Amino acid sequence: MNTALEYLRENRLPHIWCPGCGHGTIMGAVVRAIARLNFDKNKVVIVSGIGCSSRAPGYMDFDTLHTTHGRALAFATGIKHARPDLKVIVMTGDGDATAIGGNHFIHAARRNIGITTIVMNNNIYGMTSGQVSPMTPKGALGTTAPYGNIDRSFDLVQLAQASGATYVGRATTYHVPLLIDLIEHALQNDGFSVVEAMTPCPTYFGRKNKMGGAVELLTMLKDNAVNIKAASALSEEKLKGKFLIGEFVNKSEPEFTNEYAKMVEQVQRKFDTFQGGLRECEQNSD
Amino acid sequence: MNTAKLMQGNEACTIGALTAGLNFYAGYPITPSTEIAELCSEELPKIGGKFIQMEDEIASMAAIIGASLAGCKAMTATSGPGFSLMQENIGYAAIAEIPVVIINVQRVGPSTGMPTSPAQGDVMQARWGTHGDHPIVVLAPGNVRECFDLTIRAFNIAEKYRVPVIVLTDEVIGHMREKVVLPDISKLKIENRIRPKSKNDYKPFEGDAETLVPPMADFGTGYRYHVTGLSHDVTGFPTNKGEIAGKQLERLLKKIERAEPELRDYFTESTDDCEILVVSFGSSAMSSLSAVRKARSQGIKVGLFRPKTIWPFPVEPLKAIAEKTTTIIVPEMNAGQLIYEIERIAGCNKHVMGIHKLNGELFKPDEIYNAIVQGARK
Ligand SMILES: Cc1ncc(C[n+]2csc(CCOP(=O)(O)OP(=O)(O)O)c2C)c(N)n1
Ligand code: SF4
Repeated sequence: MNTALEYLRENRLPHIWCPGCGHGTIMGAVVRAIARLNFDKNKVVIVSGIGCSSRAPGYMDFDTLHTTHGRALAFATGIKHARPDLKVIVMTGDGDATAIGGNHFIHAARRNIGITTIVMNNNIYGMTSGQVSPMTPKGALGTTAPYGNIDRSFDLVQLAQASGATYVGRATTYHVPLLIDLIEHALQNDGFSVVEAMTPCPTYFGRKNKMGGAVELLTMLKDNAVNIKAASALSEEKLKGKFLIGEFVNKSEPEFTNEYAKMVEQVQRKFDTFQGGLRECEQNSD
Repeated sequence: MNTAKLMQGNEACTIGALTAGLNFYAGYPITPSTEIAELCSEELPKIGGKFIQMEDEIASMAAIIGASLAGCKAMTATSGPGFSLMQENIGYAAIAEIPVVIINVQRVGPSTGMPTSPAQGDVMQARWGTHGDHPIVVLAPGNVRECFDLTIRAFNIAEKYRVPVIVLTDEVIGHMREKVVLPDISKLKIENRIRPKSKNDYKPFEGDAETLVPPMADFGTGYRYHVTGLSHDVTGFPTNKGEIAGKQLERLLKKIERAEPELRDYFTESTDDCEILVVSFGSSAMSSLSAVRKARSQGIKVGLFRPKTIWPFPVEPLKAIAEKTTTIIVPEMNAGQLIYEIERIAGCNKHVMGIHKLNGELFKPDEIYNAIVQGARK
């Protein structure tokens, strides 16, 4: 069995993240989950967008693709469709995944394409120094919400589930063993999987909102998280101000590249010799 | 011998692509390019290739880059509004040196414009649409057969030089049907990207000493390398060192500059003794050719220069012809775009005259003929 360290590019360290940033913890959880599953590192591709979180692939010893802001899932879709045998993992920030990349997120989920998506949710745009994201809580401060955020925020678990993801989990960088478990399960799902990893950005979110440093932010994640298994036994009163963690969806449904392969098989049975381009084009419309 | 077929430009592009080895298409429907997506959705499954209709053109461009990295020959097709959406990721393909082909069937813009009418308004966007200095190659077919030929050439150039290549057609070329006799496919030269020979010390962005093109490894074959749109060094990892970043960008630009003589492609008629030269490309050039022939029959010394590679522009060949002429006429279905390049090449002592079309109609040969006659009187 490989150790988690063997999946890192040690010569690329130290990383760029601030002290107390949770992104490294999430990256650690991803390589630990991969190590548990003993994946061949030549058959894993990690794809990211742009943001502090999206720098993670640079430190990971696989084929790694750092793309454009918000577009990781669209690049990853190309890779997975081209090479369904590869394990394709997307690491993305909350802004990357749900603002500029929101459309790609819901469509990747709708297709149920076999990509594991780790959303590194720090509730803020870290890389550009603290503007609000679609996952910044209402009322919180950001450099573009100096009077408090009036926008409502997404619940990523609900968004993923409603869009068709077949595995959805949420954990925090405080609940690391759970986070590793969820990523491990997500990697075993054939279809589109989402794991939201809630994580502190002490530098911008914590400081701007006067919530303290990494320790205080982690304590908040610890105190406010309720496992979904325990939640049903709790009163509404007790759940107020809390968020749920754990495994929300884990089901088996037809995966995109498998469906495509089936279609190809049928088509090829019908046309056993290629007769490309003999058909006349139909008239177009606007 | 291949038999003659009645074929549409969009269809010829698709068959050209398949002939060149296309095995991955991602796109989003848009008039007047949609037939290309439809044909790919029908043909690719037959050969085990991949088709996917993406959620938009940004995603389409992203998906073909991903597929190309996974070893496929990948293409998308679009028109104005979609071409605008693709720009950021076209820049990504340029800096990360990903071979991809983009077919832009031009329609009248800006914005939604006239979806079913031809224009040539994307000449500059095709060259400069994405931000920053970047290499790009743009080919402009002038008839249906050339849609086939130049799409194959686009793949060959993309593969050989690791560069995004744009095939710039328009609504008329795309939808026009012509009798086409395809060449013997077995005799065509098909290029495939050079892949690295050894995993030891693979530097994915170290250019070959001569061509400046680095070998490209497929993802999933054990090279485990990093690709980023950030300025990077030869290893592919990001660098903040201006000197290194500058050197890499210089290499990217130089690899196409050096290749220019090979990328050159143009058609000329009656240019040996011409005093007036018409420079025209794409569907406008069909009208230009008729006009030149008519004027010649009246004894006017006029010739046609039709670039098929428009970026990088075939500067030397045009210069050689332009030197002997007094007047250059540039008909374009836009308010004047390629004319800037022609003026630059011709120098300030030549009379360069643009004629323009903004109404979504093709030039009538007589509109160009009249300009030639006017030029001859000067
Ligand atoms: C098209 C585009 N728009 C804007 C930016 C600037 N930008 C870079 S990172 C970023 C936000 C990143 O936030 P998030 O995804 O939440 O990641 P984090 O840095 O918090 O980990 C923005 C807006 C960009 N690079 N590209
Ligand atoms: S700015 Fe925030 S998200 Fe970015 S590295 Fe620092 S702590 Fe992490």
